[in-house]
Amino acid sequence: MSLSHSEPVGIRIENLGISFGDTEVLKGVDLDILPGEFFAFLGPSGSGKSTLLRAIAGFGPEPTGRILIGDKDIAHLLPWQRNVGMVFQNYALWPHMSVWRNVAFGLEERKMAKDEIRQRVDDALDLVGLKHLAERRPSQLSGGQQQRIALARTVVVEPRVLLLDEPLSNLDANLRVQMRRELLELQRELGLTTIFVTHDQEEANTTSDRIAVLDQGVIQQVGSPIDLYDKPVNRFVASFLGTANILDGLIKHESGDSVFVSDKGLMLRLDGENDGSASLVFRPQNAFIQHSGDATNSSDNSQLQGTVVEKEFLGSIVRYMVNVQGHQFLIDDIHRRGNPEFIEDSKVKLSIDADSQVVVRY
Amino acid sequence: MTTITWSRVIPRTQWRTTLVALAIALFLATFLLVPVAKVIFVAFQDPNSGAFTLINFKDFFTTSLFQESFWNSFYVASISVIVATIIALPLAYFTTRFNFGGAILIQTLGIVPLIMPPFVGAVAMLLLFGENGSFNLLMDEWFGFTIPLMDGLNGVIFVQSIHYFPFILINLSASLNNIDRSMEEAALSLGASGMRLFRRIVFPLSMPGYVAGASLVFLKVFDDLGTPLLLNVNNMLAPQAYLRISSIGISDPMGYVISVILVVFSLFTMWISFLALRKKDYATVQKGGGGLMKRDLKFWEKLGCYSIVLLILAVVLSPHLGLALLSFGTIWSYSVLPDGYTFDHYIEIFNSAGPFISNTLLYAGLAGLIDVILGIAIAYVVLRTGIRGRKWLDQLAMASLAVPGVVLGIGYLRSFHQTELPFTDTSLASFWLIIVIALSIRRLPYALRACVAALQQVSESLEEAAENLGASKWHSVRRIVIPLMTGGILAGFITSFATAAVELSATIMLVSAEADAPLAYGIYVFMQSAAGRGPGAALGMFAVVIVALGTYFSHRIIERTRHEYVTQTEGDFK
Repeated sequence: MSLSHSEPVGIRIENLGISFGDTEVLKGVDLDILPGEFFAFLGPSGSGKSTLLRAIAGFGPEPTGRILIGDKDIAHLLPWQRNVGMVFQNYALWPHMSVWRNVAFGLEERKMAKDEIRQRVDDALDLVGLKHLAERRPSQLSGGQQQRIALARTVVVEPRVLLLDEPLSNLDANLRVQMRRELLELQRELGLTTIFVTHDQEEANTTSDRIAVLDQGVIQQVGSPIDLYDKPVNRFVASFLGTANILDGLIKHESGDSVFVSDKGLMLRLDGENDGSASLVFRPQNAFIQHSGDATNSSDNSQLQGTVVEKEFLGSIVRYMVNVQGHQFLIDDIHRRGNPEFIEDSKVKLSIDADSQVVVRY
Repeated sequence: MTTITWSRVIPRTQWRTTLVALAIALFLATFLLVPVAKVIFVAFQDPNSGAFTLINFKDFFTTSLFQESFWNSFYVASISVIVATIIALPLAYFTTRFNFGGAILIQTLGIVPLIMPPFVGAVAMLLLFGENGSFNLLMDEWFGFTIPLMDGLNGVIFVQSIHYFPFILINLSASLNNIDRSMEEAALSLGASGMRLFRRIVFPLSMPGYVAGASLVFLKVFDDLGTPLLLNVNNMLAPQAYLRISSIGISDPMGYVISVILVVFSLFTMWISFLALRKKDYATVQKGGGGLMKRDLKFWEKLGCYSIVLLILAVVLSPHLGLALLSFGTIWSYSVLPDGYTFDHYIEIFNSAGPFISNTLLYAGLAGLIDVILGIAIAYVVLRTGIRGRKWLDQLAMASLAVPGVVLGIGYLRSFHQTELPFTDTSLASFWLIIVIALSIRRLPYALRACVAALQQVSESLEEAAENLGASKWHSVRRIVIPLMTGGILAGFITSFATAAVELSATIMLVSAEADAPLAYGIYVFMQSAAGRGPGAALGMFAVVIVALGTYFSHRIIERTRHEYVTQTEGDFK
């Protein structure tokens, strides 16, 4: 294996802006990606995540701001001067060349000696386990094989960083899980700093060390998958990652305690938060549901009376929609055989786990 | 995000492509825009004082010969459209409405006429259908009367409509095929059937295709010079323009006035066809079923269909047949068939017409080459760069469709007759290269469309992947984009080559010495004398073979490349 084990480098993006004509698609993006990190750009379509990735590769309109790889600003270099490997969403394998020629292309452009090219291409094809397909045309390969060839073609030139643009979106569900694992293994083996663009939170959560959530051209939050889930900083992140109950309202002080008052008048006690308008977020699994007649264990902060509006059986859990003073909450109850069931229109009591409530400001 | 496409070239990399775009624009301006502008300018200029005037147009419309020519051209073009429609309509109807076994015959009918330039077969048609031609000799013998199929304007109409009807056939069939079956079914379920269904659904939906085809026929016939010239019908616009310039000289304003009229009519008909085709979209929005409902034919209906198709086939093939007879015949006059058969005409052209053939291969080859190079460059600039005004470049190149060959020829004579070439005492207007340039300008639209279609097939990410792996822009284009465009480029080259090889109207204006003349001009010269008809026909057969082979290979190449990469490019754009 002669493929790169050179020191991984970090990527630093400073105040990056991109406009298509009059439309600003990225606004003042600042980001630090650590050497060797598997990093994801996560966001809905139109959020600017692909534009940001393409800007790092040198495609798209000329950006303002800086993109540093290692200590070198590459923002104003041409794509072919950057040595930034990119795997395209549609793989972009050249149909008029054999697999082998596809992989050799980048090395030929680097004017490498023939023997070395042969050695390196063979190594790269070995790495993705497809050496036996070297003479095939790309159109004769399955989607997963094309994906691997695209990867081999990119890593064979030993790029300083690896960019993956929705690499799994063209694969079927089973293959996607398998490729996800292979990608991660390959990344760990090569130690390449990798950025992965996706709109699929599960993909981002399972592969990435850290995630940047983008919306409307702005980075909303950067953090590890669990951080983002447990401590979203705003409504967008809270609702984009997983299911969340979000209440809009105000925080006030009443007799020394801070209290959250929702726009529909629901009151919930909080632990020392500053006054002002805010949203309160909690996840469906962080509330406890019981019959309203049941004995209550405490005069706890968050005991709410509600009515079951809908229920969905999802196997391991039952998800209820409960109406509380006009708010529709989703509440998950772990399903075990013999557990009480709450039928529609029945009165229930909810207690929200105070520790897992998150207050986000606008 | 991935659905958004944008002009992706970063401004600082643009100066080189901008330079290329500017060079092309300069070329097109020099050899298309300026000559045509010059023609229009001269038409409005007083020949003596040089001041702006409408006097030339007044002269034109008060001279009876020109009035007659104007109406003749208009009449011939209009009637040709009608006759072409009468030929095309049943053929389009049979293939799209019935399960008709003769579909291959009809497809052949759609191509065969186009492989022979109309002027080549014109003289042969005289011998077959003229006053003393085979057909009328037989008619006279059997029924005691003759039909003046080839007399004067009739001859032009006859020859043009059997040559150009495929334009209507192709467009109309495409329109009918694009009408979704569900539209017809919807109408049926709502109670419309029979003629009402045809009048309210099928007819309006197929109209755009028909109008597009018909306007193209009108345009081609109105502008054509070769056919009337060879049939010796001179009282039409294009022949008048040619005769004025060639006999009186390039200072006579009438040639320019006629040119302006030709251009105006061309633009007008192109505009109509553009409007029609723009509307066509609504018929093709729906995908799925495709095509009208077809039904099986009863025996008698089938017999009727086949006889109509075979009759049309016979008429359509008659120029080819006539030309072949003429080229192999000894003497053919006042007889149904030639008196005897010989290879002499072919031997004669191989001895004497060598330069015509080599000139043709050289001119058409160079013109085709220029066209694909310009075609690739323009396609790339338009589709893959953000250069301001790139759409204009495309439109400028396509504008040559609206410029009749006569007009371009006159424009070149007027614009370049004083441009001395260095180291020689000839002017640019009489240098052989000017013919090549004229041909390349005239055929550029074909090559350009082929290149644009080819480039659209090449996903942009294929080029980006190459740049990402370290290939410069030029390397990516050379190693990835152009190889993937090969099929389209080749098809464009062949189309340009084959049609340039038989182009007469601009060529005839620009040939200054017979030694520089190409095939089409040679055919014209030979056909002028009765003794030259045999060798002229043999030369014509040669032209037919060139165009036929060209058409065949470009079809083959397009088909093949379509199969080759289809699996790869299908899923490319998400």
